[in-house]
Amino acid sequence: MSAVLRALLLALGLALGAAAHAQPAGDASPLRFRDGAEEARFHRLTAELRCVMCQNQSLADSNAQIAHDMRREVLALMRQGHGDADIKRFLVERYGEFVLYRPAVDTHTWLLWFGPGLVLLGGGLAVWRIVRRRAAAARGAASDDGEQEW
Amino acid sequence: MTAPQDTPQNAPRPPGLPPVAIVIGALFFLGLVGLMLYGVLRSGDADRDVLPSALIGKPAPQFALPVLHDPSVRFGSADLRGAPYVLNVWGSWCAACRDEHPVLTAFAQTKRVRVVGYNWKDEPADALRWLERFGNPFFVVVADQEGRHALDWGVAGAPETFLVDGAGIVRWKHTGPLTEQVVRGQLLPALEQAERAR
Repeated sequence: MSAVLRALLLALGLALGAAAHAQPAGDASPLRFRDGAEEARFHRLTAELRCVMCQNQSLADSNAQIAHDMRREVLALMRQGHGDADIKRFLVERYGEFVLYRPAVDTHTWLLWFGPGLVLLGGGLAVWRIVRRRAAAARGAASDDGEQEW
Repeated sequence: MTAPQDTPQNAPRPPGLPPVAIVIGALFFLGLVGLMLYGVLRSGDADRDVLPSALIGKPAPQFALPVLHDPSVRFGSADLRGAPYVLNVWGSWCAACRDEHPVLTAFAQTKRVRVVGYNWKDEPADALRWLERFGNPFFVVVADQEGRHALDWGVAGAPETFLVDGAGIVRWKHTGPLTEQVVRGQLLPALEQAERAR
């Protein structure tokens, strides 16, 4: 029994130790908003920002300590009277374009923005060409058949 | 003249795709296989989620933080100007920091460059005890207990290690524990370059 428990604890320790890039355990005291408008703006803004630690969560959803710190900073910047664009620039300067779910169209993001469209366009073009060729072949075959019938 | 065979022109096309389509398909398939192979090879890489630092080539953030060993004294970027320094973000709560500690200590003991400790979101008492237990390789340790200034460095977790040159420009960053390979293969070359540029 105690051997099993020890093994479990050891496994837990190893699993925790394996986290190569760790997060501090801190107080996650909730932010307090002055009014509903501030809260709505805060939620709209943080939903558009990506957590840098858990990259498939938004800043609004993430429970990582760093996300907590960044939310606190976003609220502080809002209270200092900074606009949404200003706050986004503040975070981009420090953490890179990655924090934005909708990065600016740029030389190194154009493929991200237009890549899917280009693929769709290429596929559409291929389909169109195949259909046209088949149609021409079918027409040719039909006329051949006609000749042979006669 | 009256050959029984069909001439190539009006021979019915053999069923199947034109060669061009087959070549394009094959290239597409090979590309896909390559992409998957790349994904599989990278999946073993501990750094696969690491983001490039937005600060490389830019001035390091200005800071003046309390010294861990004497909070009445503040130490910061102004005191470090003039020569390169390495900034190591760590916390006593961070298991990976303990893993990298021997590597960092060995590197710091070469006295090649000043290694500044950045104690991030930590209890000062815990941090001091940690240093006493595992050894203090740092030139100086500054404490950012609230973690507010770490945002300026783009810190997402610990450990993270920065190299700042004598002009105060961030030259290099490593996310995750330092290893001997990283020190030898990346940090030392970056340091040499920073020193030469000076």
